Amino acid sequence: MSDQAVGSQTWFDVSEDAASILLRPMGDWIVVHAAAIDAALLTVDVYGRKAATFDLSHLGKLDTSGAWLLYRTTRTLERAGTHVTVAGASAAQATLLNAVAKGDKPIHPEPPLGNVFTNIVVRMGHALEDAAHTTGAIVSFLGLVLETLFRTLLDPRRLRITSTAYHMEQTGLNAVPIVCLITFLIGAVMAYQGAEQLRRFGAEVFTVNLVAAGFLREIGILLTAIMVAGRSGSAFTAQIGSMKLREEIDAMRTMGLDPVEVLVLPRVIALIIMVPVLGFIAAMMGLMGGGLVVWLELGMSPAMYIERLYEAADFWDGAVAFVKAPFFGLMIGLIGCFEGLKVEGSAESVGQRTTASVVEGIFTVIVVDAVFSIMFVKLGI
Amino acid sequence: MVREAVISVRGVRNQFGTQVIHDRLDLDIFRGEVLGIVGGSGTGKSVLLRTILGLNKPALGRIELFGHTRGDMTPAQSKAVERRWGVLFQDGALFSSLTVAQNIQVALKEHLSMPQFLLEEIAAVKIALVGLPPEAGPKYPSELSGGMRKRAGLARALALDPEVVFLDEPTAGLDPIGASAFDELIKNLQATLGLTVFMVTHDLDSLYAICDRIAVLAEKRVLVNGTIQEMMLQDHPWIKEYFHGPRGRAAVAAKERNALT
Repeated sequence: MSDQAVGSQTWFDVSEDAASILLRPMGDWIVVHAAAIDAALLTVDVYGRKAATFDLSHLGKLDTSGAWLLYRTTRTLERAGTHVTVAGASAAQATLLNAVAKGDKPIHPEPPLGNVFTNIVVRMGHALEDAAHTTGAIVSFLGLVLETLFRTLLDPRRLRITSTAYHMEQTGLNAVPIVCLITFLIGAVMAYQGAEQLRRFGAEVFTVNLVAAGFLREIGILLTAIMVAGRSGSAFTAQIGSMKLREEIDAMRTMGLDPVEVLVLPRVIALIIMVPVLGFIAAMMGLMGGGLVVWLELGMSPAMYIERLYEAADFWDGAVAFVKAPFFGLMIGLIGCFEGLKVEGSAESVGQRTTASVVEGIFTVIVVDAVFSIMFVKLGI
Repeated sequence: MVREAVISVRGVRNQFGTQVIHDRLDLDIFRGEVLGIVGGSGTGKSVLLRTILGLNKPALGRIELFGHTRGDMTPAQSKAVERRWGVLFQDGALFSSLTVAQNIQVALKEHLSMPQFLLEEIAAVKIALVGLPPEAGPKYPSELSGGMRKRAGLARALALDPEVVFLDEPTAGLDPIGASAFDELIKNLQATLGLTVFMVTHDLDSLYAICDRIAVLAEKRVLVNGTIQEMMLQDHPWIKEYFHGPRGRAAVAAKERNALT
């Protein structure tokens, strides 16, 4: 007779001869001890006998996990051709063992993972395919939104004024402080670094040209668009995505409301209006940041700075940004809403779509900016 | 026979702002019984459930869980108490980013250390125990029907083989056949595993079919509690309306039909 002890606890004792084995489980066979009991069971050589008896009369508590371990052992033995008897089980324990026996249906494991390298290629292929699909879908969504926009313009009563104003406040007015702070600092940094480089060949006065051309044409509006994509594009996706999860969008459709008209249009219009406004504020704050550095570093008075700004920049330098801005707003709003409508299933999907919305939003803004740059160069503006 | 109260609620007062939900509410849950909680909308059935579970702190009163008083427990003790109960929330509240099998393994992994194959086996047993097909194991909650989600939620509640199971409207949103099947399942599991069941419900059929005792929440406290036969004899207008209304009568008829066949 030997005791099977793992740690300090004994889970069963075993009496055996060449032909048969008698196992007496003892202690509490409950889920807390399942791992220990399982390990202890592995140490017994139960195979190759004609008969096995399990005597449960010394067993303490038994729960489903303990019953499973007991059942699994008897099943393994039976499959090996051993005759198994279970004795001394109370009525409750017998019921539990029967219930567990019905649970002997292994869960089908997930399909095996293939070769790592083929997986990489497969994933790259899927990603590329997804990207192509997404591009196509965004273009057709753009068409849908523009169609709805024109329909609404023909019948302006359908425009949700309150909703549009609310989103203008959320995406525009509430973004002013952060846009001001960031562009002011970037303007200062740009002037400082620019002055540092230009000083080497005594051209530090041209710092003003650098700041003017940079901020008015490109950086002011790009920074704004990136901030709006991060702030508002993501918010649109999360809002519409959670509505989709709670079937609010489906409810809208059944009531004859068009989600594009009710949800997408006010948000897109709000951004088309507010991105240029924020872009203007950004450009002004960038110039102020640059002016401060020029004043402190180069000793150029603010009056002088403004005079030089007039010389450095012409009308088109300022206007270019405002031609691009509404398109940035349109694309950010569009992608934010598009990704929101693509949410399905779980809370995790909201997170994935929100990430996608910001990444695609910023990417699209930069692509659109590049297209405009080429166009303006060709036009000689 | 002296019954052992596993959970006792004494003099609990719950209020939100000036609105008092419960006042001097007393309730005992005895080992091995199926207790049904009924009450009109807004009588705070779910608040009571959340208060017992510790998700809501009562303004006044004492809650005893397995002999410990909430508030006087060390973190280790309250963790031990949490291991002794399982909760099925109304829509299952399964973690949406995990499969059904993984959902069941969450509590096992958190409280115990065991090898992965054993986790898989125990999850498979629980899945079969609540009557789900094995194919449900690797599925995500969003791929399941409402009834299957409830069963999966129940399997998760049973992961640690709790002594007490709390069910929040287990049959709400199920079709009548699915609802009786779920009642049957709870009854069987209760008998097999020796569970104590605390069930918030509106379903008169469930009350008749599986509850040993019913507690009626009204007038900010447990107005009466007793067996279904005792409820039928009550004079309180709401209780009378509830158990003798058309739906109540239909449920009695159904129960009698079942008893005959």
